[in-house]
Amino acid sequence: MPELETLHQAVIDGDWKGAAAATRAALDAGEPPLAIVTGCLVPAMDEVGRRFECEEYFVPEMLLSARAMKASMEILRPLLVATGAQPTGRVVIGTVKGDLHDIGKNLVASMLEGGGFEVIDLGADVAPERFIEAARTRNANLVALSALLTVTMTSMKTTIDAFHAAGLRGQVKIMVGGAPVTQQYADSIGADGYGESAGAAVALARRLVAA
Amino acid sequence: MNRLRDWLSGGLLIADGAWGTELQSRGLAPGSAPDAWNLDHPDLVEAVAAAYVAAGSEIILTNTFRANSLAMDGGLDAINRAGVELSKRAAAGRALVFASIGPTGKMLMAGEITEEQARAAFAAQAASLAAAGADALLIETMSDIDEARVAVAASKTTGLPVIASFAFDSGKHKDRTMMGATPEAVAGAMVEAGADGIGANCGAGIEYAASICRRLRAACDLPIWIKPNAGLPRMDETTIRYDTTPVLFASHYAALRDAGASFLGGCCGSTPDFIRALVKARCASN
Repeated sequence: MPELETLHQAVIDGDWKGAAAATRAALDAGEPPLAIVTGCLVPAMDEVGRRFECEEYFVPEMLLSARAMKASMEILRPLLVATGAQPTGRVVIGTVKGDLHDIGKNLVASMLEGGGFEVIDLGADVAPERFIEAARTRNANLVALSALLTVTMTSMKTTIDAFHAAGLRGQVKIMVGGAPVTQQYADSIGADGYGESAGAAVALARRLVAA
Repeated sequence: MNRLRDWLSGGLLIADGAWGTELQSRGLAPGSAPDAWNLDHPDLVEAVAAAYVAAGSEIILTNTFRANSLAMDGGLDAINRAGVELSKRAAAGRALVFASIGPTGKMLMAGEITEEQARAAFAAQAASLAAAGADALLIETMSDIDEARVAVAASKTTGLPVIASFAFDSGKHKDRTMMGATPEAVAGAMVEAGADGIGANCGAGIEYAASICRRLRAACDLPIWIKPNAGLPRMDETTIRYDTTPVLFASHYAALRDAGASFLGGCCGSTPDFIRALVKARCASN
């Protein structure tokens, strides 16, 4: 379907108007909403993630693509809800306590949305109790923790420990990321996974919910 | 501009090292805001500044990196003023005090904040820092050229010399900022914005600093501020460690001087020992 190719390209190019128009055109041509997401938006955002990974794309390009993807999802979401389609997973995301930086977290949230996840974004400087409360009430299966600073990344451990203490650790997978975070650190604090970039975070989230 | 050049008339100046990790070693709880300590634990903040002066820093910064209204709340004028006062007291005329201004942590292009909001936040911080007697303003760890442009314009209204320093930590060769800006693009934009100095701080480690410095030098003739970090942090049980040693760090001294650095110091993970090693390297090379 040519409309899907146009949509795919519009997302990669970060053209939100083009993405919205192509989404409407694809629906008019009879493409089911879920097929547009899984067959077009997800692969397009995967390609954006790949380009980011290869460092052909930087944050601005990725933001524009995420915006284009969002423009398409805004049209599709009500239709998906009406058909009862389930999201890939439900993820609670936030920057850990003491850290007010949310650029990385916002990027990962956008990419996860593009990857078909339902994203519950708690913002920045999120205390462990708020992560727990949101994970419990929203029945999330994934928790994503972000930190930009070496001085705040230790709040990730506090948060993971709090999930243990609350008896919820078995019900959610916890992934971590951010500039100072490494795989070794993720392992040392008992996280289930570490994503080096926003693109890698989506692949990791898929692996974690499938596990 | 002339003031920066005057200060540099005797050659390369040694700046300070990291503050956040130094404050943590004095008990700052991980996750709490270092800047608030200017009011809560002024003695410990002053001790960090004094440790750098004692190590031979000719320029020290202030503990005000996050004290702009878009990055933190509450009592910012007092926090900024106290930051400058503490560094000045520790310097006691033996070092210049360049006041630190960090990014807002919000993205202009994503529409999280407007340019006007950013301008107001930077202008308020710059005014507090200048009123307290800072010798110059250092806009550091920037990744977005547009945000830096706004910060430079707002800072210049104080009449103080303004340096704009970026974190180059992305791209295949670690020579782009997170927003994809190259040293050449940064240099062009900052000259245009009227910055008095330009620089690279934080970043992917000191081994990348010389090539970035050379490219900044080739792209403009502003004084260059270089403060790389001591590698990337590694977690040992509960302690954060950096792999670069002071000796290894200082072994880059000659390469950075030859690449055109005007100011040299350390970012995350560096300590007064790194500064001592830099001072020693400068002596040895003279």
